[in-house]
Amino acid sequence: MKRLLAPLTSIRLTVTLLALGIAVIFFGTLAQTEDGLYVAQARFFRSWFSVFSPHDPAWKWIKIPLPGGYLLGTSLLVNLIAAHISRFKFAWKKSGIVMTHLGIILLLVGQLATDMFARESRMSFAEGEWRNYSEDFQKTELVFLSDTTDAAMNNVVAIPDSELRPGAEIRLEPLPFSVRVKEWMENSEPSFRAPMMQKTNAPQASSGIAQNFDFQPATETRTMDSKNIPTALIELVGTDGKSLGTWAVSDWAGEPAMAASAAFSWSKQFGADLAQRIHGLLTKPQTVTAGGRTFTFQLRPMRYYQPFTVKLLKTTHEVYAGTVSAAEPDGIPKNFQSRVLVDHPTVGRREVDIYMNNPLRFGGLTFFQYQMGREQAAASRGTSTLQVVKNPSWLTPYVGCGMVALGLLVQFGIHLEAFVRKKRPA
Amino acid sequence: MKKHLPWLIPAVFAVWFLTTLVPAREDKFAFGQFGRLPLLSGGRPQPLDSFARNTLVQIRERHDAYDPVEKRTMSAPEWLAEVMFKPEAARDRRVFRVVSQELKQVLKLPESNVDHGENGKYYSWNQIATEANFATLQEQIGRAVKKEESQRDAYDQAVLKLGNALELFNTLQVSARSQSATNFTAEVTAFYKSLPANEGALIAVKTRYAGKNPDEAKDDPLVREAAKFYDKIGSRGEKLPLLLPPENGHDWSRLPDRMMDLTGGEPLPKAIQAWARIGDAYETGNSIEFNAAVAEYSRYCADTIPAETKKAGREVFFNRFAPFYNAMIIYVAAFLCAVGFWFNFAEWLRVAAFRLVGLAFVIHMTGLIFRMVLQGRPPVTNLYSSAIFIGWGAVVLGMILERFWRNAIGLTVGSLLGFVTLIIAHNLALDGDTMIMMRAVLDTNFWLATHVVIVTLGYASTFVAGFLAIVYIVRGFFTRGLDGNTAKSLARMVYGIVCFATLFSFVGTVLGGIWADQSWGRFWGWDPKENGALIIVLWNALVLHARWGGLVRERGVMTLAIAGNIVTSWSWFGVNMLGIGLHSYGFMSGAFPVLATFVGSQLLLIVLGCLPPRYWQSFKNLPATPTKPSGPSAPVKGGGKPRPAVA
Repeated sequence: MKRLLAPLTSIRLTVTLLALGIAVIFFGTLAQTEDGLYVAQARFFRSWFSVFSPHDPAWKWIKIPLPGGYLLGTSLLVNLIAAHISRFKFAWKKSGIVMTHLGIILLLVGQLATDMFARESRMSFAEGEWRNYSEDFQKTELVFLSDTTDAAMNNVVAIPDSELRPGAEIRLEPLPFSVRVKEWMENSEPSFRAPMMQKTNAPQASSGIAQNFDFQPATETRTMDSKNIPTALIELVGTDGKSLGTWAVSDWAGEPAMAASAAFSWSKQFGADLAQRIHGLLTKPQTVTAGGRTFTFQLRPMRYYQPFTVKLLKTTHEVYAGTVSAAEPDGIPKNFQSRVLVDHPTVGRREVDIYMNNPLRFGGLTFFQYQMGREQAAASRGTSTLQVVKNPSWLTPYVGCGMVALGLLVQFGIHLEAFVRKKRPA
Repeated sequence: MKKHLPWLIPAVFAVWFLTTLVPAREDKFAFGQFGRLPLLSGGRPQPLDSFARNTLVQIRERHDAYDPVEKRTMSAPEWLAEVMFKPEAARDRRVFRVVSQELKQVLKLPESNVDHGENGKYYSWNQIATEANFATLQEQIGRAVKKEESQRDAYDQAVLKLGNALELFNTLQVSARSQSATNFTAEVTAFYKSLPANEGALIAVKTRYAGKNPDEAKDDPLVREAAKFYDKIGSRGEKLPLLLPPENGHDWSRLPDRMMDLTGGEPLPKAIQAWARIGDAYETGNSIEFNAAVAEYSRYCADTIPAETKKAGREVFFNRFAPFYNAMIIYVAAFLCAVGFWFNFAEWLRVAAFRLVGLAFVIHMTGLIFRMVLQGRPPVTNLYSSAIFIGWGAVVLGMILERFWRNAIGLTVGSLLGFVTLIIAHNLALDGDTMIMMRAVLDTNFWLATHVVIVTLGYASTFVAGFLAIVYIVRGFFTRGLDGNTAKSLARMVYGIVCFATLFSFVGTVLGGIWADQSWGRFWGWDPKENGALIIVLWNALVLHARWGGLVRERGVMTLAIAGNIVTSWSWFGVNMLGIGLHSYGFMSGAFPVLATFVGSQLLLIVLGCLPPRYWQSFKNLPATPTKPSGPSAPVKGGGKPRPAVA
């Protein structure tokens, strides 16, 4: 048994793993230039195996197989724990090394936990508005809202985008119909079926916004700060098996910010007034009537509801005077600050300022200042986006770092002390 | 004589340094005093001297201009006075640095502009901004701007740099007076007197065109009236320096803006009158009047904004002090003495080297602290100051090593790294203001003082280990000078420094993660700069484990330590060249060849380090028994015998 385990405990393995780690991080960083942070991260760091290959046709033939971050992290953990169990005997002289390694184990485990349990979402609002939910940046959901109060349905039925795969037929109990997914576009581009543009193709769906808009698939985005805007073509089928019609549901229509940005680009093409009308057509609620009830439905960013509300009171955006230059067309930002009112039914109400390097930790969540802007319709009204992070293991790096730092200090201190005692500067 | 040299050499350098602190004598215009006037630019009050220097650096890549007629250099404030008050003459002065051959051809510039003893890289506004060129430039700039930053080639960069320089120049010409002015004092007074009549028109113009591009509005007669003072400012208004200090409830303001804000009810601001008087005096060549006007305005500033005025004066002193440039020169001298010591082992050379490093270090550190006080910030706030701080840390480590071993190796490495990092800083400073304001996310002295300082010390120590290893390989391979004792002492130094580097790079990197967690809730985001720092940590850990596991011995550790140089330079500069991520401030593709050359040289040294001992000058006559491997329980014992202490 011990012989079998020997390779796992060897320092040779440690050195190999460290070297491979360096290689993965290096190539994972290079890949970011072409793939974007998000994709590269998934391919190299949040994976078991990966292959690095440049996009440039001239260099495309290069293929470097690499272990992924999960594999390396796990192997390092095993190596470290095995080595400590089999080889190390406690001695004060080695207390630093033990502490350092324990700290590293904590960091590795903490990152794994973060990877599994942490959730990032965003809360966007204009001054005076309040929210009791945050929205996912990537994921969307198809929601149905009933016009009558219905306890069974809690007024809202949500289908996560992970279930909206082409060909899927989703039947949810409180709804008197099922959802058939005909097409799913991970990223999409809307175009207005303007009468003067003489579109000859038939609408993509029989009812709703598809009468006025076509949605084309678009290349999936790769960067962290831009997002995919999905669209689905669905058919709703009644309990009797008869089709109620087909619709296009799109994040372009379901997310106000996206609809506004679409309207902004149309305003350049058609002028502000017409763009406003097109915007109205795009965001017009889509409904279906079944079983004597009417349901409104839309595809929108996935929501995470909280047991408290946050109201945006005031936004502050300051720029240093005299910093506008070619490199900084808007000047150097000095401060982004959101004053919010947090209202919790049991904890009570309080006003807080959230700004850079000063997040709000509340209810197991952390709120960070993320973006700031002005409302397109009313420029005097400030808008703010908060990054909302739920990370149960957020404390592990703090503790782990402290342990490693202390461990290294102790260990090298012991070395240094022995050295200095032998060799005093004359 | 040799007895006195260890004192004499440093003394000569100290005296030379002190002479650089004495301000030059001015017999006509008091440009020194003019340079001390405070203004606000880049978000901070600063002396006109700094503003003029930073502008010239962006245009000319130098802190001064040149007068071919009198065959002398012009100080930055003198040049700025000319740009602001004698635009005609300034447009003829050759200050725009153009080196791209392609760009010269496109703009039909003469191949070389050599005359009057000036080197041929500089061209004047009138040479460049001809009517034909103007359209060409607009087109080229538009094309380059559309490209993504990482896709721009050297030509695009040159186009953008020149475009930026021309715009800066153009902006400055309208910052203190309208370009067409001949007697600005009279114009200002006339304008002020006409205010009750003008006011309505100005308000109408302002409300009608609030937030709009003045170019769109230029056909409006009202605008033409108002444009007398906006004179060709156009959309560049925001880029003007704020010349007028706060008064009567107004914050720092731009001269043309303040003119437009004037109402009949308030007195004409003193600062406007002062700038008009200074400008008119300069334009008419009346140095006595100029000096009097500058002196009066200085007194006014000292009364109304005493803190800023004092600070501006200190900053002017700092500019002349040029601590990093001067320290750099002394480091070279120290390096030469230290290397000389290896060749003839004359103790006086080592002592002289030690004192020179000490002198340079004192100047270096004074500069560092001076900067910190001026900025009110921890030592490292941007790439420029990181170079200065890495040099500082390396010299400290080098001097500590020297205290223990007294074999000039610590001095060699310290002075070399001091020199190299300051040269890097010197080149980074060509981007403009080095005391630029910290953007919101970086605006925290706590994290700048902890994460940034510690991680930078990690860089510094990794470089020190790597350069010690270079000494080992160069001396061992090319000379017979690497005896057993020196080799062992180098091995211990490298080991000790790598331990130190591991501690600092690890703690620094994790603190960066904690900062990220505090700022946007993500401890680790795989940002290129984060990854670069992590690679340094892993690399140092690898060196230590390889040594503890007996996988590498003395030469092996040295080769690995040299690879540490590559790893660190990648993290320091390489990742910035990728042009992505949160830390990609200071994108500099221009530095790529330098980095590539450095990496190439390190690879070459690694190859040398891997060659068997029989090829090494120092080892070829030794019996082929390598030093024993050593585990964590048995670190290398012994080490070089200390040399005799300084007599």
